[in-house]
Order: sequence, then structure tokens, then C-alpha cells
Amino acid sequence: MVVSTLESSHPLDKYLRTARLPHIWCPGCGLGIALGSIMRAIDKRIKEGTLKKENLVFVTGIGCSARTSFYVNFDAAHTLHGRAIAFATGAKLAKPELEVIVIGGDGDIAGIGGNHLLHAAKRNMDLIVLMITNFVYAMTGGQVAPTTPLGLYTTTTPHGNPEPPLNVVKVVSSLNANYVARASVTHPALVEQYVYKALGMRGFRFIEILSTCPEIFGRHIGMRDPFTLYSTLRSKVIVKQSPSIEESDLDWGKGFVIGEYLVRDNPGYLDRIGRGLK
Amino acid sequence: MRKSFISGNIAIAEGAITAGMRFFAGYPITPASDIMEYLAERLPEIGGVVTQFEDEIASINAVVGASWAGVKSMTATSGPGFSLMLEALGLAVITETPLVVVDVMRAGPSTGVPTKTSQSDVMQVRYGAHGDYVIPVFAPWSAQEAYDLTIKAFNVAESLRTPVILLSDAVIAHLWESVLLAEPGEVEVINRKKPSSPPDEYLPYKPDNDLVPPMATFGEGYNVIVESLIHDERGFYRQDREAYRNLVKRIVNKVLSRVDSLFEVEAYYGDDYKYLLVSFGSTARSALAAARILRKSGIKASLLRLKTLSPLKLETLRKYCDEAEKIFVVENNMGKLVHDVERAAENDKVISLPLLDLEIPEPKDIVEGVRKWL
Repeated sequence: MVVSTLESSHPLDKYLRTARLPHIWCPGCGLGIALGSIMRAIDKRIKEGTLKKENLVFVTGIGCSARTSFYVNFDAAHTLHGRAIAFATGAKLAKPELEVIVIGGDGDIAGIGGNHLLHAAKRNMDLIVLMITNFVYAMTGGQVAPTTPLGLYTTTTPHGNPEPPLNVVKVVSSLNANYVARASVTHPALVEQYVYKALGMRGFRFIEILSTCPEIFGRHIGMRDPFTLYSTLRSKVIVKQSPSIEESDLDWGKGFVIGEYLVRDNPGYLDRIGRGLK
Repeated sequence: MRKSFISGNIAIAEGAITAGMRFFAGYPITPASDIMEYLAERLPEIGGVVTQFEDEIASINAVVGASWAGVKSMTATSGPGFSLMLEALGLAVITETPLVVVDVMRAGPSTGVPTKTSQSDVMQVRYGAHGDYVIPVFAPWSAQEAYDLTIKAFNVAESLRTPVILLSDAVIAHLWESVLLAEPGEVEVINRKKPSSPPDEYLPYKPDNDLVPPMATFGEGYNVIVESLIHDERGFYRQDREAYRNLVKRIVNKVLSRVDSLFEVEAYYGDDYKYLLVSFGSTARSALAAARILRKSGIKASLLRLKTLSPLKLETLRKYCDEAEKIFVVENNMGKLVHDVERAAENDKVISLPLLDLEIPEPKDIVEGVRKWL
């Protein structure tokens, strides 16, 4: 059966560049769920009048997650690998009324872009960074990523990944961010809830979104079937109200604790240089 | 106009302010740091922002972002930092982002001699990034010209939607001279053109007849697309030859087609000469002194000083070279600009005088270099 997805409209179509659909993401990829949840949070903010559509800017680097800037019908920038946070910082400093959202994979944000992540969090820069963790470099075909589990086969660690994964939630929490949360595409309502909350805050706001990549990561762990990978990830996700940083490690054995790790309202960088809006 | 006694680096900062620059991002590096230090004091007083970033990569990417937020933006660095900026320079080229990068040259390769001068970045500023592109490069030889060419750099960046390089060096940076600074309205300041079409008809990379697309920026309701991939007029990624050629040819030709207004030279003792010295930047000061010394001893030397190192107008160079019996390309490196002069002149006439000094070259070294060939 041929399903024409483009002829029927969706309530969130107004936020999408429908002319660019269908998207490039593989069947079973969690990015569509993540993007849908992010759009619902934005929709809620716009409808209640706490966010202006024309002020929203999506900034992405390079990777599967970075392709979101293709599809969102807002100001959007598809920039260099790892440099989205730097680009976004410049835009926000130059025009403080913008609400700038960076979306990227864990390789883009915490690998090649790790230094920018650290310093944006350190200065409590007024940005939202959404890091989609799929545990692998997917767009380039399955190389080891900052979040790849220890010992796992990837195309560049054929003898097993010798490095334990990077706990980015813990790293960012050790700095001056105002908001640090972890969500999962297996729990889309929480993605929406956290993004909605972050949109109402100042300073640096970081949300890690665990996601499924059956085509590349799933192949490495023997779960290429989207449903198996999705339900396995879901079974490992533990939702907590106020989790402790100590339980934030990405541990495939003990499971992934999601929730709001850090919520505070310290002055953002813009406040500190006298350009704050709030 | 008001007269002020300032260094070349301060002149660049003042030129940027005159041109309307209100966002500066940078990372400390000798001999460019005092541009950021001066601006950190001045810019917030007039509504601007200066932020020191974690590295040069972040600095130039922030400058690209700020320019897309509608604010004239700049960074300043030296050779090692410029090397780190090259990838994002390409981003600025393909996204047609107006911005200015100052490269205050010091001796290399690598860390080299941070406090000493050089002209060895001639190739990296013109050709360092990957991909096909041409960007304007201006090289001042005095504090006044550092001021004037910074304004020109911004005007060119804004009118052509391109990154522009201001190529200074450690000598110009810390040379104090009297400079005439313009009051608002006393010099031409060009701003990027804005779209006249409504948002739903706007194509972000559709050029006007001048090959330059009008630029909507963030927060104006145009849903702009900043795209680092090869793209069509809509800003949509394309991997076909037609779109690739259209884009790359246009961004190259929009600069090359302005070569007449971009390429500037100054000739000294240019009416009657047998030997032509070709130079630029701080070395041209010594070359001018050398020409003067040579003329005093009856040798008909003259100087052609290039204010623009890219794009070059070879016809203009050729015109000056044709008049000369021998051409000496005087530069503080191992010989870089000489390759361009060789393209413009008959090959056997061109002699490279690579000085590879760490200070401003002494005129006598140039005079000796010329005399060897007479």
C-alpha cells in the first residue's frame, strides 16, 4: 500500500518546511519523535503567547540530528560540525530577543563540539541545547561516539570500544547551567515537558534526549529491528522526579535514569553583561 | 575629522567602530590581542558586545552567527589563530555572510616568533580554506590606512555579502602614528541590502543582477536558512552539478566582477623608472625608502605598493611591469606575492627579494638586494 503522507495535513505542519519532506531519517529513527515533541512544546509556548515564532532560531551543526534545521519552518542555520553552540552564542549575543535552540547529536555537541559545550555552560549562556544521544556516529556509517558503551563493536573499534562512555549530563551539571535534564524518545511526553520548561527559563539549558538508531547502532548491538531497539531502550529507562547526578551514568546494565537533574534561576550571561531581557 | 595619535591595532578597532561594527569575538593572541582589549573597553559604551571565546574556532563561528542576527561583526587574530578559523571562513563564504577577519601577521610556521613580524600569511589568507572561493584581502601600510581599509573591508563585506580579510602585521600593529578619524557622516558606510519581497516570496540565496542576494536576518520573520551545504536559491541542499556550479561560480564571480573597485595600488616615483619594486604592508615602507636611496645614487627605481592582495588585477600589474627592465618583489617571507607578479610580467624580468626578517626590513638590505642584479 502506498501511503501519501504529504497530501494530508498535520496540526504541526505550520512549523515545518513541508516542501522539504520526506525527511532523510531512517525508519525507526527516534529523531522524528524528538522533533515532534519539541514542536509540541514550541506550539504550546507560541499559543500561550510566551514565545514569538519569528524570534525562534534553530542552529545545528552536522549529523543526522543536525538535519532538523532542514525541516523546521523557523529561522534556521545548518552550520559546521561541532560549532553550532558557538554560532548560536554569537547570534544570541548580537540579538538578545532571539530564543536560540541548538540541536545536535552527541558526537556533534559533546565530541567535536565539546569545548564549546563546556564554555557555554560555564558562562551560563542563554541558549537551549538539545543533545540527541544515539550512542554512535550514524551519518558517517557507525563509528564510535562519545556515548558508545564500553567494549562495543563499531566500525572504528572492531576489537571493542576501549573507552567508557561520556556522561554529558554529569559534565554539564558540574558547570553553571541553569537547567540539566535527560529525556528519552521512549517517553515523548517528558521530552515535550522539559523543552517547554526550558523555553521559559534563562541561562544555559541542556537536555539530553536518548534516541533509537536501529539502522546503525541497532545493527552493532544486534537490534536492527526498530521495535526491539525501542522497547529495549524503553525497558532500561527509569523515570525519576529529582534524580541525583550520582545515578546519571549511561549504564546499559543498570539502566538510564531520566528526569530533571538541575533546575535553578541564576543570572544568565546576558544578565551579567547588562543585556538580559528578564 | 579629528586627529588622534594611535597604534595600527587601535586604528583597526576605530575603523571597525566607524564602519558600524558592534559585535566582536576573539581569543587572545600576540600581536592582535590589543584590538580586543581596546574594543572590550569601547564597544559596550556604544551598545556593542565583546566576548572572549574559548578559542578562535568559537570566535569566528560566533561572528558568523552574530552577522546573521543582523549586526556587523569582526574577529582579529594572528597566523596560528587564522589557521583555526579557516573552516568557518569557508562557512562565511558559502553562506554569504558579511564579516571582517583581521590577521595581524607574525613569524611562523607554527608558534614561530609570536612577538615578531612577518608577511608569511599571504597564501593562507587567500587560499587557506577548502573549496573554491575568492575573498577580498586588504593590506595596510600605516595606522591611517589600517583605519581606512578597515572601513573599506566592512563596506565590501556588506555590499558583496562576503568575508573580507584585513591583513596587517606586527609592525603596523604597534606603530603609533597620527590618524584622522571620521565623525559619523564623514565617510561612506555601506549596509547590506534587505529584501523587498514579502517573507513568503523571499528566496534567501536568489541574487539580484549584481550577483548579491538581499539578506534577511534572524528575527525578521523571513524563516531564513543559513546553509553550509551546496544549496539552491531557496537554501535547499543540492548535490547536482548544476546547483554546485551555479552557487560556486556566483560567489566567486560576485567578487571577481568588482576587481576594478577592489584592487588598489599606489605608485611612487612612477613617472620614469627602470626598476620596479613591488611590495605591500609594512615592508613597503622600507621598499619606499630603498627606492629613494637608489634614486639618489642615480638608479631609476620606483615602488608599486599593493593595497589589495585579493582579487588581483593582473592587467594593472602588467601595465606597471611592462615599463620596467627588472621587477623586484620585496616581501617579508620566502617569496609568495612574487608568484602573482610572475603571472603578470615577463618571467625573466621578475626577481624575488624574500627578506625573511623578524623586524621591519632595513632599506639597505633591499638596496643591496637590488644592486646585486644591476
